[in-house]
Amino acid sequence: MRDKKRRTGIKNSTSDVVFNVIIIIICVLLVIIFLYPLYFILVASFSSPAAVAKGQTLLLPKGITMIGYNEIFSNKAIWIGYRNTILYTFGGTFFSLLLTLPAAYALSRNDFAPRSAFMLLFTFTIFFNGGLIPTYLTVKGLHLDNTIWVLMVPFCVNVFNLIISRTFFQSSVPKELLEASQLDGCSDFRFFIQIALPISKALVSVIGLYYMVGYWNEYFRALIYIRNENLRPLQLIIREILIQNQSFGSNQTFSSADATLAQKQELLKYGVIVVSSLPMIIIFPFVQKYFEKGVMIGSIKG
Amino acid sequence: MKGLDATNYGGSIAPPHKTVLEKVLFSFKKHYQLYLMILPALILLIIFYYVPIYGLQLAFREYDPIKGLTGGTWVGLDYFKRFVTSFQFQELIKNTLSISVTSLVIGFPFPIMLALIFNTIRKESRKRTLQTIAYMPHFISAVALVGMVRVLLSPSTGLWGHLHVLLGLDAVNLLAEPSKFSWLYAFTNLWQNAGWNSIIYVAALSGVDVALYEAAKVDGASRFQQMIHIDIPSLVPTIVILLILNSGFLLNVGFETVFLMQTSANLAASEVISTYTYKIGIKSNQLSYSTAIGLFNNAINFVILLIVNFISRKLSDTSLF
Repeated sequence: MRDKKRRTGIKNSTSDVVFNVIIIIICVLLVIIFLYPLYFILVASFSSPAAVAKGQTLLLPKGITMIGYNEIFSNKAIWIGYRNTILYTFGGTFFSLLLTLPAAYALSRNDFAPRSAFMLLFTFTIFFNGGLIPTYLTVKGLHLDNTIWVLMVPFCVNVFNLIISRTFFQSSVPKELLEASQLDGCSDFRFFIQIALPISKALVSVIGLYYMVGYWNEYFRALIYIRNENLRPLQLIIREILIQNQSFGSNQTFSSADATLAQKQELLKYGVIVVSSLPMIIIFPFVQKYFEKGVMIGSIKG
Repeated sequence: MKGLDATNYGGSIAPPHKTVLEKVLFSFKKHYQLYLMILPALILLIIFYYVPIYGLQLAFREYDPIKGLTGGTWVGLDYFKRFVTSFQFQELIKNTLSISVTSLVIGFPFPIMLALIFNTIRKESRKRTLQTIAYMPHFISAVALVGMVRVLLSPSTGLWGHLHVLLGLDAVNLLAEPSKFSWLYAFTNLWQNAGWNSIIYVAALSGVDVALYEAAKVDGASRFQQMIHIDIPSLVPTIVILLILNSGFLLNVGFETVFLMQTSANLAASEVISTYTYKIGIKSNQLSYSTAIGLFNNAINFVILLIVNFISRKLSDTSLF
């Protein structure tokens, strides 16, 4: 609406033209800043390692090769990591939604008297918690450490997501609908499943995405609780390649054969970054239409 | 918060005067399904958040592997004294504060500016594309992000080195420079989260009444003036709330990114309270000492939050609680 008026109405003043030019320049700069590092990594991941090391791939790939990806995908640990991460991501997101959404719905009901007390109980943990060791000992005491469950169940309710969901239910499930269905004898369960959830598709997509990304990228809990090699998620495995092998290429004088080995190691790093990040980056645009309006409004102060 | 609604649904059925017990029973009976919906989340909350809070007494006790969290000998404030007088104390506080203040100063204004810029783009498709690009880095994991930082900033083979060669300069290894660490962390964080953190401001701006812009235009306000006089004032409440929230995490530098960015060369500047707690607790198994450090950290954060919230309520009427 705004732009139609602007085109037919008052002509842009000079200051507006200057303003527009400045905005366009800033936007171009922003695109470069956000996108170029990702582009460089992608290009480097399938260019010849020597060309990357010499800085010949700043704009376009050179000496295209797949040895990096071949090596990555013939690595058993990567596959185990992938399998585990997919399990944790889907399982975790399932539990998270299963617990967060009904709780958020109950907390959104004005007629549910204890909701403020429950809300306080949840919100308090954002600002104050037991910290690393007491939590660790609690998990250990329940023998959940070194199992797949510790990554999917104990911490599956995120309080921020709970607040966002509650606010969404509050503002987008009409009270009249609830009153009408209560008159028809509809129970709270049924109302939640058959009416509140279907009209909250945007919320479910956005919260589901938040959770998925969280599980996919999780490494701290795995670092603390998982010791079994076969249960390690992808992030722990790529950490070994990316962070802990850091000293691989430095500190020593290499013969020429070693130098190519070091370059190949770098190539692997570029590839691993791409392989581990791509799934989440691809998923996001599908959910983006639900963002901002609707889901985020009013979520900040509930 | 709207507070408790006295005339709720079915309020007419509710008996008018009853004892507390009867009221509770009535609430259970009427809303048992809502209670059931909240119950699983509540159980996890109690076991995995409130039991550890109860377990914080470990900070005042000697850890006893057999008697567990709450059974060791009471030692009072011994562990806190040990921490405050230890030689790492000053360095840890200094590092933590310098990293979090640098990140706040650099990281706080940018999302606001991004949202203002998004808001000036009139073509919907263009706006959405730009937003998608700005949000993208948020989806990269801490491990991959720090992996990127390490390969890109390598002075010999990375982008950082190549750019210096193009300009004919010598590149320093930023990851090995303690004096650069807080900046490096702040900018890494900025790149990853500036776009994402702008979402909340974009949402606030999308709630601004269109009539305001129309009126401003009739009065001859340029687009820049509209931004200054309409957009920015409408963001102030959100800005204040987020500032209060952030202040509550001033001594909470996130573990993940810092831990991964640590190198033996930059450790003097990159060891922060959370990484130290991890090393003392999980790595060297001094469970009580680590708990005490964590509690010390948490308590100070909480106090800062309360103070800032109080000041803000007095000054601007905007507060978290």
